[in-house]
Amino acid sequence: MAENILMPQLGESITEGTITKWMVNAGDKVNKYDPICEVNTDKVNAEVPSTFSGIISEIIVQEWETVEVGTLICTIKTEGESEEHGNTVDTEPVKHEEPLAVPHQEGMKKRLSPAVLKLAEEHHIDISTMTGTGNGGRITRKDIQAAIEGKGQETATAVKQAVKFESASTTAVPAAKEQKPLTSIEIPVHQQDQVIPVTAVRRTIADRMLQSKHEAPHAWTMAECDITNLVNYRSKIKDEFKQQEGFNLTFMPFFIKAVVEALKEFPMLNSQWAGDQIIVKKGIHISIAVATDDALYVPVIKDADQKSIFGLAKAVNDLAEKCKTGKLTIEDMTGGTFTVNNTGSFGSILSAPIINQPQAAIMSVEAITKRPVVVDNMIAIRDMMNLCLSLDHRVLDGLVCGRFLQSVKQKLQIMDMDIKLY
Amino acid sequence: MAVTSYIDAITQGLREEMQADDRVFVVGEDVGVRGGVFRVTQGLHEEFGEDRVIDSPLSEAAIAGVSVGAGAYGMRPVAEIQFAEYIMPAVNQIVNEAAKLRYRSNGDWNCPIVIRAPYGGGVHGALYHSQSVEAMFCNIPGLKVVTPSTPYDAKGLLKAAIRDEDPVLFFEHKRCYRFIKGEVPDSDYIVPIGQADIKRQGEDITVISYGLTLHFALEAAEKLAVDGYSAHILDLRTLYPLDKESIVEAARKTGKVLIVHEDNKEGGVGAEVAALISEECLFELDAPIKRLCGPDVPAMPYSSPMEKFFMLNPDKVYQAMKELAQF
Amino acid sequence: MSITETMNENRHLALGLSDEMVLNMYEDMVLARKVDERMWLLNRAGKLPFLVSCQGHEAAQAGAAYALNKKKDFLCPYYRDMVMAIVFGMTAKELMLSAFARAEDPNSGGRQMPGHYGSKKYNILSGSSVVTSQVPHAVGIALAGRMKGDHPVVLTSFGEGSSNQGEFHEAANFAGVHKLPVIFFCENNQYAISVPLSKQVACENIADRAIGYGFEGVTVDGNDPLEVYRVMKEAVEKAENGGGPTLVEAVVNRLTPHSSDDDDRSYRPREEVEQAKEKDPLLTFSSYLKQVGLLDEQKEQEIHKRIAKEIDEATEYAENAPNSEPEYALKHVYAE
Repeated sequence: MAENILMPQLGESITEGTITKWMVNAGDKVNKYDPICEVNTDKVNAEVPSTFSGIISEIIVQEWETVEVGTLICTIKTEGESEEHGNTVDTEPVKHEEPLAVPHQEGMKKRLSPAVLKLAEEHHIDISTMTGTGNGGRITRKDIQAAIEGKGQETATAVKQAVKFESASTTAVPAAKEQKPLTSIEIPVHQQDQVIPVTAVRRTIADRMLQSKHEAPHAWTMAECDITNLVNYRSKIKDEFKQQEGFNLTFMPFFIKAVVEALKEFPMLNSQWAGDQIIVKKGIHISIAVATDDALYVPVIKDADQKSIFGLAKAVNDLAEKCKTGKLTIEDMTGGTFTVNNTGSFGSILSAPIINQPQAAIMSVEAITKRPVVVDNMIAIRDMMNLCLSLDHRVLDGLVCGRFLQSVKQKLQIMDMDIKLY
Repeated sequence: MAVTSYIDAITQGLREEMQADDRVFVVGEDVGVRGGVFRVTQGLHEEFGEDRVIDSPLSEAAIAGVSVGAGAYGMRPVAEIQFAEYIMPAVNQIVNEAAKLRYRSNGDWNCPIVIRAPYGGGVHGALYHSQSVEAMFCNIPGLKVVTPSTPYDAKGLLKAAIRDEDPVLFFEHKRCYRFIKGEVPDSDYIVPIGQADIKRQGEDITVISYGLTLHFALEAAEKLAVDGYSAHILDLRTLYPLDKESIVEAARKTGKVLIVHEDNKEGGVGAEVAALISEECLFELDAPIKRLCGPDVPAMPYSSPMEKFFMLNPDKVYQAMKELAQF
Repeated sequence: MSITETMNENRHLALGLSDEMVLNMYEDMVLARKVDERMWLLNRAGKLPFLVSCQGHEAAQAGAAYALNKKKDFLCPYYRDMVMAIVFGMTAKELMLSAFARAEDPNSGGRQMPGHYGSKKYNILSGSSVVTSQVPHAVGIALAGRMKGDHPVVLTSFGEGSSNQGEFHEAANFAGVHKLPVIFFCENNQYAISVPLSKQVACENIADRAIGYGFEGVTVDGNDPLEVYRVMKEAVEKAENGGGPTLVEAVVNRLTPHSSDDDDRSYRPREEVEQAKEKDPLLTFSSYLKQVGLLDEQKEQEIHKRIAKEIDEATEYAENAPNSEPEYALKHVYAE
C-alpha cells in the first residue's frame, strides 16, 4: 500500500513549513514514529516522525522548499493492508453541506417590510396589484424601487422577471434558480465508478461556464499565424534569459504583448456587456488561464499595457507560481478585461474557448507546429500557430474581430531580433 | 508596497513606533528573547534591548497594572496578553483602572496604553486558546476595542492605537496571522480608530463583520455574485466605540443586513450593531436583521469535528447570505 | 539624665528631621484629624453622603510621607491617606471640595467619593475603590521613571486585608524581579471592615510576605511617626541606590468605624477601641514634642485654633462652591 505523509501543522496559527533536512532517502526502511525529516516553521523547528512503517518510495518536497500545511511531502510503501488510511490530519468523513433550500413560505406576499410600506406610501403605489420577486412572492424593497422608477408596477414586475430569467440561466432551468446549483442529479452509480465530490472551486467553474454559455451568444473565428521569427529569436535568448532572470522565458508574454497592442487599436474588444449599455474599459487587464490538475484559475495581469515583455513574463511567472502554491488572492483574480488562453501548451491546435464573463472576448493561442507553407511561391517549413477567438455577439461583430485578429497576427509575425524585451 | 502577512504587519507597525518614539515599550510573557509565542515581537529584543522589550513574570494583572502606571507617568506601553482568554486576571486593571482613569480624575490623568491579545479559533486551540472575548469589553466607555482583518489595517490600526491618548485593546485573530496576506506600505500611515471600512461594494445585501469571518464573507460574496446577487461588505475594524454612521449607511444601502462574527451570538457585538440599525433605520429595512455567529456554548472544543462545527466558514456564510438575498 | 533619655529627647534630630519639620509633621496630622472630624459632623448633619476615616493612621502616614521627596517622588495611596495627601500639597479647602463633590475638587471634579486622592500637580496618581488596584500602578510608575531617567521613589499604601489580593502579590513580584524603587506601605489597622487580622492572614506579620518576593519586610509601630520615618528613610535610600523595593508594615489602630456607613459596635469590643484611643498618635506625638520642648499648651492651642479657622473657611467655601453642570457627567470619557 502506498501511504502519504503530509506537512503537519506544527503550532497554532502555522500555515506552512520548510523542510530543512531529509533524514531518509527513497528506498530506506522506516519504522512508525522514526524521524524522517526536520521541519522549520515560524514557531518551531521539529523532527517529523513517520506515521507508518515501510519503505520510503518517493520524496516529493525537497530540502529548503516551503509548502503549506497538508501538502504531500513523501510517500511510503507499506506492507499489506494498512489500518491507517489518510494521514496525521483529520480523517473524519467529509460531510456534504445540505443543499440550501429556502422553504417556500406561504403568505409571504403580505409580509411587507417597513421599507416597502414606507416607499409605497410615499409614492402612492398600490401594493395589492404587485407581484414580488422575494421568497414566496414577497414584495421586496428593490421591487418597489423598480416600480417607482417611472415604470409602474406592471413594468417593474416584467423587468424583474426578465432579470430573474437572465440569472436563472445559470442553471438552465428558469424559475428554479435558487435550488438548482447545489442539487445533485440522479445518475446511477456502479460499484467501480468513482464518485468525486464537487469542490467549491469546481462548483464555481461549473457555474461560471454555464452562465457564460447561456448568457453570451458565442461566435467563433480563427486565424493562422507564422511565428518562425519569434521562435528563432526566443530559442536564441531563452538560456541567457533564464540565467539572468531566474525563470523561463515562454511565448506567453509575446502573445500578450501583441494582444495588448491590438486591443489599443480595437478597444471594443476590451469592453463589457451591461444590459442596456456597453462599457468600453479604459484599463487593459489581461486574464490568463492557468490550469492545475483539478481546477482552472484565471488570474489577471493588471495594466498589461504598461508592461514590457519582461514585465509581462514576470507577471505570468508570478501568477503561475501563486496558482501552483495556492496563494492567489481574490484581488489577483478580479478585474480582467480580456482573456488570453494558452491551449497550445497542452498540444491543442484548435479550440473554442468559453468567454470569461463579463468580458466580451477570449483568445486562445494554439500549439506551434512546423508545417510546409507557401512563402513567396516556394514551399517552406515554417513555425505555424492558430489564434482562436470567441466573441460575445451581443457586443462584437465579425468585422471588428477579424480586424483585431489580423492585427494580432501581424504583430506576432514581425516579432524578431529587433523587439525590445525590457 | 510589499505583500506582507498579518503578523508581520503587526511587527512592522510595532517596530516603527518603537523607532519613532522612545516612550513606546513592550511588556508581556515571552515577548523578549523568544519574540512572543506567536513571534509578533520577533527581533524587537535584539533591536531595542531588554529595557524596552520586557519579559514580564507570568502575571497578567501585573502586566496590565504596571502598564497603567507607566502610561499614566507618560510612557506608551504596549502590553501583550499571550492569549485573549488570559486577559481575565487583568480585567480589573483594564475595566476599573485603565478605562476609568481619565474620567475619575476629571481629565487630570490619562492612560495611553495598548493591550494586544491574539484571539479566535480554528487553530486546534481548544477552550482556552480559541476564545473571542471582545464583547465583554464592548460596553466599557473609556476603552477602545479594535480588531483588524487585513495586514494593512493591522499595521495602521496598531500605530493609531499606540499614538492614542486612551487605552486600546488590540485583538489579533490568530488564524489570520499567517493565513492572511496583503499589501502593506513600508511608509508611516495610520488607520484611524473608530472608522469602519467598506471592503466590498454591493447592492443586494449588507454583510457586517470583522476579523477572520470578514474574509469568509468576502469569499462567499464571490460565490453569491455567480448567483446574481451582490454583497456590500462592511468591516467594523473598531468594535468600540462603533462607527455608527458607517453602520447605518451600510444598512440603508441594501435594507438587508447580515452580521457575522465568530464570537457567540447572545450579547455579542452583533447584538449592538443590530440594535443600532433597528433604532436608526427601521423604515429602510427590507428584511429582519440576521446574525450568523458562533454557537452559545462556553468555548470551542479541541476535537476537530466539534471545532469545525463551532467555527464559521465561507460555506456557512454563503448560505446565510444567499438566504437573505432571496428573502 | 541618662544617655538613653537624651537620645529619646532628640530622636528627630538624630533622624535628620529639624525642629520645624517635626512641628509641621504634627500640624499636618492635626489638620487631617480635624478635617476628618468635620466630615463626620457634616455627614451626621446630612450634608455629606459619605466619608472614610483616617483617624488613628495619621502618625504612620506622616512618618512615611515625610521620608519622600514630594517634588520627585510619587504616591499611589489608598482611601485613608489624608495625611499623605496633605504632606504632598493637598489643602483643607481641596479636601472639603472633594467631600462636597464640587466641580472645583482637584481630585476628581466631584466624580469620586472623598478619600480618593489624586492630582497630577501633587504627584498623586488617582486611584479607584477596588482595593489594591493601585499597587501595580506604583510599580509601573517606578518602571517608567527608571526608563525616563527621573528615578522617582513610589510609595503605594494599602491595608492588611488588601495584602491578600492577587494584585499585591503580582505587583510585589514584578517589582522584586526588576528591583524597582517601590515602597509597599501596609497600614495594618487589624480590621478589614469587620474581619479581624486573624481571619485575614495566617502569617504573623504582613511584612513576612516580602521574603517571597526577594526583598525586605519591616514591621514598625505605626503610632510612632519618628520610628516610621526612620524605617521609611532607610527604604527610600535603598530604593534610590538601586536596592529595589521594601515592604513596610505600620501597625496602627483604627479609631473609628470603617466608614460613615459602618457601625463597628457589632464586631469590635468597646474596650479595644478605648485602649486604642489611649495610644492615639496625636496625643503621644504631642507629648513627645512637649517633652523635647518644641510645644507647650499655649502653642498647641494656637495650632488648633489656626487649623479650626482654616477648616471653617474651607467648609464655608466648599459648601458654597458650585456643582458641575449635570451634563458634565459626559465629559472626559476619551481625549477631546
